[in-house]
Amino acid sequence: MKSFFNKQHQKLIADPMGDQNPITIQVLGICSALAITTQLENALVMTLAVIFVMTSASSIISILRNHIPNRIRIIVQLLVVASLVALVDQILKAFLPDASEQLSVFIGLIITNCIIMGRLEAFAMGNKLWESFLDALGNAFGYGWILVAVAFVRELFGSGKLLGYEIPGFSYLYEMGYMNNNLMILPPMALIVVGLIIWIQRSRNHELIEEN
Amino acid sequence: MDLVNIFIKGVFIDNMIFAYFLGMCSYLAVSKTVTTANGLGLAVIFVLGITVPVNYILENQVLKAGALQWLGEDFVNVDLNVLSLIMFIAVVSAMVQLVEMIIEKFSPALYSSLGIFLPLIAVNCAILGGALFMQERQYSTIIEATSFALGSGVGWYLAIVAIAAIREKIRYSNVPAPLRGLGITYIITGLMGIAFMCFMGIKI
Repeated sequence: MKSFFNKQHQKLIADPMGDQNPITIQVLGICSALAITTQLENALVMTLAVIFVMTSASSIISILRNHIPNRIRIIVQLLVVASLVALVDQILKAFLPDASEQLSVFIGLIITNCIIMGRLEAFAMGNKLWESFLDALGNAFGYGWILVAVAFVRELFGSGKLLGYEIPGFSYLYEMGYMNNNLMILPPMALIVVGLIIWIQRSRNHELIEEN
Repeated sequence: MDLVNIFIKGVFIDNMIFAYFLGMCSYLAVSKTVTTANGLGLAVIFVLGITVPVNYILENQVLKAGALQWLGEDFVNVDLNVLSLIMFIAVVSAMVQLVEMIIEKFSPALYSSLGIFLPLIAVNCAILGGALFMQERQYSTIIEATSFALGSGVGWYLAIVAIAAIREKIRYSNVPAPLRGLGITYIITGLMGIAFMCFMGIKI
């Protein structure tokens, strides 16, 4: 009798956070990850949206997996994800209009977020409900922590705030001549920050190093 | 003149990769050699050039608030914008399938060179992104929308071929081991993005 939450289940959650991270190792879901990380708040909203869409989509596809004809599976998957994303889009428009305005097209682009399609295709199509749910949760968190880390660095150094609040000690720094680094707000720095995260991660774990 | 401006804006100023990070996944995964990058880039231009006008018609004749007026006065107040995401992605995947079949029938040579990339494009964010930007920016005619689509496609093509060429050369350099492969590609893309930012001040 398998237990409800055994070693294998722990691995499903833990792997995508570290050595199988969707963004830094599997190269999935980068499209939407980088553009919205100028502010921590946007990154958090995006992470929540992805966690919701991904766990629901994985569970639904996992339940339906034996009934989906193989040849049209991509379209079925896209439709399930698209309906969930449309739901999230409407909820955000109703309750968080500011965040919805700033994220603009990127909420819609969760549909084509490769993490979701990739995990549906690679995992949920062949595994049971509970495992698929955990795998989706792990990958969504793995995606989320990179997003939050990048947004933290960019908002802190770019606008000297966190979640829109001034940081207490910073006013002294400004008097001493410290200036916000506006480059951090611009799109290219997101790529460079992720590049640095990859550098740190791979220096700690040499097995991840690629061929040149 | 306006059309040329929209085109150039799509290629350089609002470059899909460097300004919006759309289509990054395939950009990073398929940029190891120039030949494959070339094939994927051409396929993206092609599919964008077809799906954006189709989605434009759909948006303006069916989805927009009041767009269903041609069906009769009763439909003036119908707003189907809620469905736009689902409709757009359905159009994109259907068009990709259709384009694939047409190319296979009429130009087997092109088909074998694009081959595996065509189905991949259905989940390329640049395509859906093109449709969503078209919706957001509200181009006034279908020709303007097409010009925007082709411009974005060419910009994407330019970006992927450039990074592929750089990656082919970087094989001969001594990159710090943990940065090899993915890491250095991110950083180079960032630097290219900074270079592309010099277009940002241009007003056309």
